[in-house]
Amino acid sequence: MVLLSKTKTTFSGISPSEFFYRNRDLAGFSNPAKALYTATRELVENSLDACESAEILPNIYVRMTPVIDQLNASEPRTYQLKVSDNGPGIDPEKAPDAFGRVFYGSKYKLRQARGMFGMGGTMAVLYGQITTSKPVIIYTSIDGKKTHKFTLRIDIQKNEPVIIKKEIIEGKGTTGTTVELLLTGDSFRASAKVHDYFLESALVTPYAEISFIDAQGRLLYYPRSTTSLPKPPVETQPHPHGFDFEGMRRLIEDTKDKTLHKLLTNNFHRVGATTSTNFFKSAGIDPSGSPKDLAYESIVKMVDEMHSYESFLPPDSHCLSPLGRDILNAGIMSELSPEFSTIAIRPPSAYSGFPFIVEVGLAYGGNVGAGGVKLFRYANRIPLLYDEGSDIAWQVVKDLAIDKKRAYKIPDNAPLALITHVCSTKVPFKTAGKEFLADRPEIERELKNAVREVLRQLRLHLSRKSSQDAVKRRRDIYSKYLPLIAEFSKDLSGKKNLPNFQPMLKTYLEESEADN
Amino acid sequence: MPKSKKQTKSSKRQNDIEEQKVQIKSQLKQLGEKIYSDLNSQKFPTIHFPVRSVSNIVYDKKTKQYILGSRTVSRTASNIKHIRPFTQMTWLAFFANELMSNKKSSTLRDVYYSSQAYAVDYEDQPESDAIITDLESVISTARERLNIYPEERSAIFGDLDIEYTVPGYEGNRLNLSSHPDGYLIGPSLSTADFVSTSAEMIIAIEKGGLFNRFVEEKVHSKYKAIIIDTAGQAPRTTRYMLKRLHEELNLPVYIMTDGDVYGEHIAMVIVSGSAGAAHLRDLTVPSAKWLGIWASDIAKYKLPTIPMTEMDFKRVSELKRDPRYQKGVWSKELDVFMEIKAKCELEAFSKYGLTTIVDKYLPEKLEQAKSM
Repeated sequence: MVLLSKTKTTFSGISPSEFFYRNRDLAGFSNPAKALYTATRELVENSLDACESAEILPNIYVRMTPVIDQLNASEPRTYQLKVSDNGPGIDPEKAPDAFGRVFYGSKYKLRQARGMFGMGGTMAVLYGQITTSKPVIIYTSIDGKKTHKFTLRIDIQKNEPVIIKKEIIEGKGTTGTTVELLLTGDSFRASAKVHDYFLESALVTPYAEISFIDAQGRLLYYPRSTTSLPKPPVETQPHPHGFDFEGMRRLIEDTKDKTLHKLLTNNFHRVGATTSTNFFKSAGIDPSGSPKDLAYESIVKMVDEMHSYESFLPPDSHCLSPLGRDILNAGIMSELSPEFSTIAIRPPSAYSGFPFIVEVGLAYGGNVGAGGVKLFRYANRIPLLYDEGSDIAWQVVKDLAIDKKRAYKIPDNAPLALITHVCSTKVPFKTAGKEFLADRPEIERELKNAVREVLRQLRLHLSRKSSQDAVKRRRDIYSKYLPLIAEFSKDLSGKKNLPNFQPMLKTYLEESEADN
Repeated sequence: MPKSKKQTKSSKRQNDIEEQKVQIKSQLKQLGEKIYSDLNSQKFPTIHFPVRSVSNIVYDKKTKQYILGSRTVSRTASNIKHIRPFTQMTWLAFFANELMSNKKSSTLRDVYYSSQAYAVDYEDQPESDAIITDLESVISTARERLNIYPEERSAIFGDLDIEYTVPGYEGNRLNLSSHPDGYLIGPSLSTADFVSTSAEMIIAIEKGGLFNRFVEEKVHSKYKAIIIDTAGQAPRTTRYMLKRLHEELNLPVYIMTDGDVYGEHIAMVIVSGSAGAAHLRDLTVPSAKWLGIWASDIAKYKLPTIPMTEMDFKRVSELKRDPRYQKGVWSKELDVFMEIKAKCELEAFSKYGLTTIVDKYLPEKLEQAKSM
């Protein structure tokens, strides 16, 4: 979710940069291994978001190299991390702010996005600067002709970028942004997670071409397997059910609306004149009052009423961008090459005023490999790699695909992979680490329905397959043995010719085929 | 020692055997014709035969042996699980018919390997052996009559003249005391005619070592006995041989085993057959006597013992439930085993010298057997 207004007042007194500097554990930079992984991931996700929002098929290049004078140093050591994309580029006027300021705006809009608070990239820069005291270098081109190169650092206290050097160099003919930063990392310990991250990302971004050169100099290449891009997410206004007191206080402070009625109809999702009138009547609040006149207690009362009023229209999901059947299927095919795959996409639903869509893919056999159920979890297209056991998706998959596997005729140690994707304007992560979903009953219900649906398809496939196998077995057996019986009975009874068994064999085989 | 030999009615036996062969071959041929005509009329052929599982084995008081009950099982080519064994059985019937027609014999192992030449596949020899037993049930005939013999062979020694009936040896005669190691009881011997003997009894003994001792100690002349080594549980050929010796020469059969529950059961199988061959007749000698070693002999002769194992106790309680072990010496000795919780081998008599078992134990037990 990008609801960019909250931090300023909640933490007034220190700059947002300072806040994150002091609380970097919360954002996934708790140790050199995790920091290397998180920095890589935040920059890659920024790049993917940038390409997708401009409807450009992403080409992402990532390189993680120990700096030359630390090649033989032990972990943790200094790495250069370079992430390039072919996105639309960043307006040179805004580029320093985009990476050098923990950014906040005055909008109240909601949009489905990968990024945490729209500032994962800045966090990576901040972390690099803290651990190495080196500036970050940004290359960006919006026209392909000219590339703007910025060397900058962040002034943490003032929360603003300090441009050390600004150059204009010749473009490469394509738009895009490249970030080069130095940071302390531990690739030995991060390696497994980083590799998982790229593989799992590739699974849901088959429209992207991703090249990753890891710290050992190995190239991992994930080719593009489809050219269809997901529909870019659009911004939407907040739904009254999901709006909180602090948001309301800031909205009232900034608004130019003269009446509460206008405030509600202009700033909220799916609230028209009729809905607004009915709401104020039910809440016993005068809709013609000025927002600025509301006392603290009245704001609290209005927010409470907004949460409890049941006749607001449910949130609309047009702002969401699910992966869709084609993209998910292309990802499954290219990364897992299964013998069978199926996808369930649930209709949009909502929790606490936030719309969400659950998509579940299933892959069976092929490269999935035996050994039981493997779960790939995603939220807003981000792979979730940590704390699988605490995730509601895991609970659902365990209940259905493991504990109730007999009901779905899933064999032991089945080569089965499930892919769960929850997209929402606000994903209910249980912690700030963005690693697992909280057990919201609405989301759990949709996950259950989707997982049941794909497992039913699997059961159908398995039983179809086993009856095909049975027919083939029957064919083989009867074609082999019936002629032998005929021959031996001929020899045993002393007859000259074989009995005329061919018609019955033919009929039998045709019937068993038809039964299937 | 002058021999007073008994003459057997050899030509009648040969006629009977020929008649039997013709009958068995016609049974096999009928089986083939039935399958052939079913296939010709677009019907999946089916074979019925008695169920051989434990639940269909009953003790028949009249014949004093286990026999199969009335339940039958069908094997039909229309069932995908049956068609393979059905094919195997059809082949086996054909193969047995070939053996009999060409006067050839084969072993269980040989049958298993021969199947490969006909594209009939068996997983392993036990599967082939089981099909042979199935065919025995279908035509109620022991595999030996189909010229199929087990590998296991036990030995015989004593004054008995036999005349071979197997092809190439017809008319050749042999005295079974000519070779001190004894003669293997194989297909040729078990089908030979008994010409004459001076023996007055048959002694079947459980193990080869004691068999050799008995030959060395001249039990065959001292007691006028034909000695047979059963080599553990007596194979069917040996049991068939015992029955023929008993019936055709009218000789009593005595059995000597180790002093344990397995020994007792070896004796019982000779007397009344095994559950595994409940579909067959002609393999029992109901009047055969178990001389010992009885459990009660252990104390009586102060024999060195070995403690009984868990398995031994389990076997005793199994046999206690068997209807054949409900009375007489059979029941009594099982009780004594349970009481003394010990067992012994035939060799236990060596404690008193190598010949004690022959000089002392055997005559005493033979005397005792008269009153049984």
